Amino acid sequence: MTHTVKRDRMLVGGFALAVLTMPVWMTPLGAGYPDLLQRFAIYGIFAIGFNILFGLTGYLSFGHAVFLGVGSYAAVWSFKLLSMNVLPAVLCAMGVSGLFALAIGYISLRRSGIYFSILTLAFAQMAYNLAYSVLTPITNGETGLKIERVDPRLIDTWLSGPSTLIPSTNFFGMPMSGYSGFFFCAVLLIAAFYVALRIARSPFGAMLRAIKSNQNRLNYAGVHTRPYALTAFVISGIFAGLAGGLLAATDPLAGAERMQWTASGEVVLMTILGGVGTQLGPFVGAVIIKYAENIFSAFNPQTLHGIFAFLPDPIEDVVVTVTGLFVGNGWQLTLGTLFMLLVIFLPGGVIEGARRLGVLIGRKTAALRGRRSQPLGSALPASGAASE
Amino acid sequence: MALLQVKMVNKSFSGLTALNNVNLDVEEGSVHAIIGPNGAGKSTLLNCFVGRLTPDTGTVLFNGKSLIGLPPHRINQEGVVRVFQTPEIFADLSLYENVMIPTLARRDGHFALNAWSRADAQIKVREKVEHILDDVGLADARHVLAGTLSRGDKRRLELAMCLVQDPKLLLLDEPTAGMSRADTERTIELLKRIGERRITKIIIEHDMQVVFSLATRISVLAQGTVIAEGDPAAIKGDARVQEAYLGGAQF
Amino acid sequence: MDAVLLQLLNGLDKGGAYALIALGLTLIFGTLGVVNFAHGALFMLGAFCAVTTHKLLTISKSVQDTSITLFDVHKDVPYLQIWWGDIGARIIDYAVPLSVLLAIPMMLLVGVALERGLIRHFYRRTHADQILVTFGLAIVLQEVVKAYFGANPLPTPAPEIVSGSANIGAWIGLGDALSYPWWRLVYFLFSVAVIGMVLAFLRFTTFGMVVRAGMRDRETVGLFGIDIERRFTIVFGIAVVVAGLAGAMYTPILPPDYHMGMEFLVLSFVVVVVGGMGSVGGAVLAGFLLGILQSFASMNEIKDLLPGIDQIIIYLVAIVILLVRPRGLMGRAGVMET
Repeated sequence: MTHTVKRDRMLVGGFALAVLTMPVWMTPLGAGYPDLLQRFAIYGIFAIGFNILFGLTGYLSFGHAVFLGVGSYAAVWSFKLLSMNVLPAVLCAMGVSGLFALAIGYISLRRSGIYFSILTLAFAQMAYNLAYSVLTPITNGETGLKIERVDPRLIDTWLSGPSTLIPSTNFFGMPMSGYSGFFFCAVLLIAAFYVALRIARSPFGAMLRAIKSNQNRLNYAGVHTRPYALTAFVISGIFAGLAGGLLAATDPLAGAERMQWTASGEVVLMTILGGVGTQLGPFVGAVIIKYAENIFSAFNPQTLHGIFAFLPDPIEDVVVTVTGLFVGNGWQLTLGTLFMLLVIFLPGGVIEGARRLGVLIGRKTAALRGRRSQPLGSALPASGAASE
Repeated sequence: MALLQVKMVNKSFSGLTALNNVNLDVEEGSVHAIIGPNGAGKSTLLNCFVGRLTPDTGTVLFNGKSLIGLPPHRINQEGVVRVFQTPEIFADLSLYENVMIPTLARRDGHFALNAWSRADAQIKVREKVEHILDDVGLADARHVLAGTLSRGDKRRLELAMCLVQDPKLLLLDEPTAGMSRADTERTIELLKRIGERRITKIIIEHDMQVVFSLATRISVLAQGTVIAEGDPAAIKGDARVQEAYLGGAQF
Repeated sequence: MDAVLLQLLNGLDKGGAYALIALGLTLIFGTLGVVNFAHGALFMLGAFCAVTTHKLLTISKSVQDTSITLFDVHKDVPYLQIWWGDIGARIIDYAVPLSVLLAIPMMLLVGVALERGLIRHFYRRTHADQILVTFGLAIVLQEVVKAYFGANPLPTPAPEIVSGSANIGAWIGLGDALSYPWWRLVYFLFSVAVIGMVLAFLRFTTFGMVVRAGMRDRETVGLFGIDIERRFTIVFGIAVVVAGLAGAMYTPILPPDYHMGMEFLVLSFVVVVVGGMGSVGGAVLAGFLLGILQSFASMNEIKDLLPGIDQIIIYLVAIVILLVRPRGLMGRAGVMET
């Protein structure tokens, strides 16, 4: 028991270290600039939150981007009305999206399975359509919600008088652009990771996993499953709201496209790419997707010709034409293909793949060591992986 | 007063009568077997006790409180716990977790936001789970995934999940169906052992060996009606019962 | 009265499209047990069959424009017109209806290939896995289309003879105010015809009987030694063809772009849910019902009363239905109610 506590502490510590040193070790990979690192952290939070719902309870929400969008709008309104400090903005984002999650979850969770997916998708489409039409006074429609010089900013004005310029977002003076912005997001990411870990290890988390495994049995064991699922839904909505708030904090504008179904699909992909129900998976998935998006979408035919220059000319042209479909504007095609390949071949995601690889290597080395020693795999209980 | 009082329960499915004015009293501490030919309405009756079905008319009182209209989790919290005909377990969780979850449910009630403590650090829960797993002989497999167990072991696991809740009334739906002779013997043994705790039990069973080695009282259900009730000896000699079983070949 | 009738008519073509897509969705779900999130993309693919047909028919040669003598001006003239004169021009004019001839074999091919290569392996997987893999497929299909046809909507005109409006008001003695584009009327009749054919096929052929039996109880049908797998392929193929035809003929109403599928998918799923999961009749009924409802919600009088209602009416209906009557309008009790 103390053994698992210690292992969890090491997990959180290792995670924190890896995240905070990202500016260093991401640089050789060509991702060592704050803008991208911020996105890693923010979408990591989004995916970790999504995993609390999908990974633990098995409820597949197809409208989670609503909470991301709502969080962004709430944060921008906080910048406009209250202060350019990100603290109230982030709190607003979490609060408002939590309320949205409570309302949407309360209704959607009356059904399960595909009906739940369709209900959440319907709510997301509704929110998206409304944001573009009637709610324009709040969302500023297609232009998107921006901060302006004439905004009241009541707290800022009260503290330091009206400003003549558009001030920038900050955390008690610390600017939200550049590396300080990244570290702010990173600290929140680590906190989110820790909270998710605590939840997964708690009796509450055990109930959520039981919902995924056999909801009927759980009912007959005296558990009212709906409030459990709703709580998980709201928590994951708040995480998404936090992510949306941070998107606005690092770049203070919000648009309805953040709520589109593609965005909802993206977080699903991140989670399954990394590994549904695992602790590290969602963050790993978010980093891979955002990193790949950044790399692939920057490619163009010239860079491709550069890469494949070693091939004979006719083959080079063919290769460039084919790969050209997948990069640049065609990055989404890579995303879709990846989506399919994953679901078909590796439903457990990267973490599961790594584990399998580990077992394989373990067996190989054990075999190499000769027949004197027992194979490593057989001594391990099967549940070791499941309780990860 | 009987622990479970069933009065004039009727249930029909689109015109087809499944239960017809069923009356049943289950005394505290008894092992009450409900037997009858296939389609007699045994499972339907059981489903009416745990909230899966709602009777059309009639009353089901447990400890003097009506169970009708209560959702399954509320009935469980009242102390009525059911073992299913096909084992219902959490297949992709470990045996330990399978038993831990009902234990927590008994301790915390139907909902508790217990999201910050560690599930594996609840000492009393742990002791209870280990103890019951030991009781049913599955302690060595506590880290195995429940889905990988044999059918007999799944049943024993489910029994453990139910026993750990310290039920006031335990409903067993054919606890030995599909089991080998040896497994059946072991299950009877186990049920006898837990009988020492004086848990009131209702058993639905086809296997007369099981029925007569466990039951203190027997009700016979045929075509949705209780046609006979008494202690095992009386039931054995009852002509109507033998008729219901087509000549009584099974006695 | 005119306005009400007009909205009713306006709802019919959209309702026809919804009904055709939902029909396929519910057929696939009912027989194969698969939730197909790529069905909207297949509708879109059908629409691009029409675009392709139009493009193929108008492959042109640059010739000197003889009507301008002052300068040397070249203009593009389709080969068909060069070879066959007026008849060629007429054929080009009928590109959209002719595209049906291309769409049927193309979509059948796509459908059979998808079922054999992908969907088949997901019969026994969870609904979540099915949703995810078909969702990925939808993205792939639309991105491939984007790569070939670009991101902009491509207007594809209806034949000239039906490009105007029918003066329906005059026919039924309500005055000139009520006019309705011919093509929408054509689309409505077309969708009714296709629906009729599918329903007749299901009702009157042995094949259809087996499929309907399979929708009720898959395992039993399998036990009779009927080769259910091959039939599944055909059912999927039919559903894909129906979606494709719906898309091809819809192009004059809505210029197709690569992401039109998702909007239609979500709406069609809503239609299926409202009609009842696995109920073919329910899908058709709910398709027209919701199309008409949506059209009424976009009347100015109603929009003034409830701003934004036109954007969300269908989703609202779906939410209410799911909560109040989860089996849908015509679904059978006990089927997929939770």
